[in-house]
Amino acid sequence: MRVVLAEDLFLLRDGLTRTLQEHGCEVVAAVDNHPALVRALREERPDVAVIDVRLPPGFTDEGLRAALDARRERPGLPVLILSQYVDQLYAQELLAGGEGAVGYLLKDRVTHTAQFVDAVRTVAAGGTVLDPQVVARLLARGDARGNTAQLTPREHEVLRLMAEGRSNAAIAHTLHVSESAVAKHTASIFAKLRIEPSADDNRRVLAVLAHLRR
Amino acid sequence: MGRGRGAWIALGRCQLRSLDALVLPLFGGLVVAALLLLPVGLGFPLLPPAAAALRRRSDRQRARAADRSGLPVSPPEPLPRTTRAILGDEGFWRDVRWAWCEPLTGGLLVAVPLSLFWYGVFGVLVQPFVWRLLGDENWYAFVPVRSTATMLAALLLGAGFLASAVALAPRTLAGHARWTRWALSAPYTTELVRRIDHLTGTRADALDVQAAELRRIERDLHDGAQARLVALGMTLEEATRLLDSDPAAARALLVEVRSVSERALQDLRELVHGILPPVLADRGLGDAVRSLALDSFLDVDVDVALPPGRFPAAVESAAYFAVAELLANAAKHSGAREVRIGLGHRDDVLRVSVADDGRGGAEASRDTGGLAGVRRRLLAFDGTLALHSPPGGPTLATLEIPCASSSPKTSSCSGTG
Repeated sequence: MRVVLAEDLFLLRDGLTRTLQEHGCEVVAAVDNHPALVRALREERPDVAVIDVRLPPGFTDEGLRAALDARRERPGLPVLILSQYVDQLYAQELLAGGEGAVGYLLKDRVTHTAQFVDAVRTVAAGGTVLDPQVVARLLARGDARGNTAQLTPREHEVLRLMAEGRSNAAIAHTLHVSESAVAKHTASIFAKLRIEPSADDNRRVLAVLAHLRR
Repeated sequence: MGRGRGAWIALGRCQLRSLDALVLPLFGGLVVAALLLLPVGLGFPLLPPAAAALRRRSDRQRARAADRSGLPVSPPEPLPRTTRAILGDEGFWRDVRWAWCEPLTGGLLVAVPLSLFWYGVFGVLVQPFVWRLLGDENWYAFVPVRSTATMLAALLLGAGFLASAVALAPRTLAGHARWTRWALSAPYTTELVRRIDHLTGTRADALDVQAAELRRIERDLHDGAQARLVALGMTLEEATRLLDSDPAAARALLVEVRSVSERALQDLRELVHGILPPVLADRGLGDAVRSLALDSFLDVDVDVALPPGRFPAAVESAAYFAVAELLANAAKHSGAREVRIGLGHRDDVLRVSVADDGRGGAEASRDTGGLAGVRRRLLAFDGTLALHSPPGGPTLATLEIPCASSSPKTSSCSGTG
């Protein structure tokens, strides 16, 4: 898997490169600023890009903008955004196209290397991965509006993991239950929230998010 | 319809102003008489009441002018008690000057639509009946009224005069208000002294707010992230010690270290957000408010009509935290479901309105914490917070901060395609 990496802090860039390489990814470009990132995305045509929101020269949201621009040029280009903070507005902008193949994670999550690499793979495969913090905000909003009132605590948990972009297998593993149990829960959640169930993992996540945001 | 009525009312007001202007010389004269009688001693007891009477008239006029023009007319300092002090008071001399100028300038100004009106009335209502009685000597403006045809022409001309009088009245009245503002607003030095007092007060406030903010940051760092990092170092030390003797315990400690480091990061993140929310730093006020709206549990509709570019960082920050406070209040106390936020910038004033459909009854004065704090922050920029919240709702809060928008900066990206 060919990865383009953009991160301006040398230590973090180095660490990320090593982590990705250890897990069998090929880091074709590791850049530290916006123009270099734009060039790398054009020339390398990676399978997935891992990008920090804040990049030189402006140190604002260059990374995010480069990602959105690149996805406009090449729809569906898998992009995983890393940031020191997560913001609903940025999450919304990333999800706006509705094509999936996006991820938005707090930088802290890279310390859990297995989960981080999992997220990179999910995004590269066209899935959607959202940071638990974004999901928690969305769920709290859903709770406040009574959207998720009829769900059982277990269903609530499954919904949270589903919104984070986990597959049924991963959810089953996390909750120590069987995959068929998870399937039963998801079916029940979809029925209660009146979401059209769909086989496509990614569409499923987007439907959940759309519902929570309502 | 409404405008037509307004014009007639304006005409009536012109009439009243002109009568005022006729009465005013009496007061001006009284004051001058008192002044002239000063050398013989009689003026001393006379001047204070005369000056006070004049001040009452000028105060009324100031209120009217403020009402007309929609702009406050800064009043002069209160009139002193003693004759000596009155003679040295700049505001008093302004009143005297006004009393003598008003009949000429103001009076003549409002007389323009009035004379057009009354001459028009004469043309329309009186000419049709009197021209036969008056014979060849009867002229109406430039029309010699000697036949039915010329009488009709005079009638038409009179109607024209009437129409222009009505059309002119509101503008004349506005002009009169401008003149009054100029003649009666406080002397320049008074204005300056007031401004200095105001600035000294708001500067002290701003420094207080800032010092409190620094204290809060220091405390948060000290009790939060810093303490956690110390604990983290101790746990690491312990884990290192146990590494050989009890690897299982060392592993457990290392897991704990990770969770503590996550908490420390979380603390730092919250602290940074409290100082300057990253979206505000990255994107500016419009997107930062949009982000607030997405975070709110209420239905928040944001309408951003801001020019490209950024406002001064301090202004953006004050406006942002004010909106955050208002939004939090709406969510906490109002029982509202929907909130509309509007952001606009016109005439170098940043205007933000936050309207909710809740039960109202919010009072800025009663709230010692949030809203009072917002007001204090805004004062440092000469900004204001107006709260309209009748019991039963809805609540509308409007904040205004005078400020110019800077030229577009590269980092502003709302329009990047």
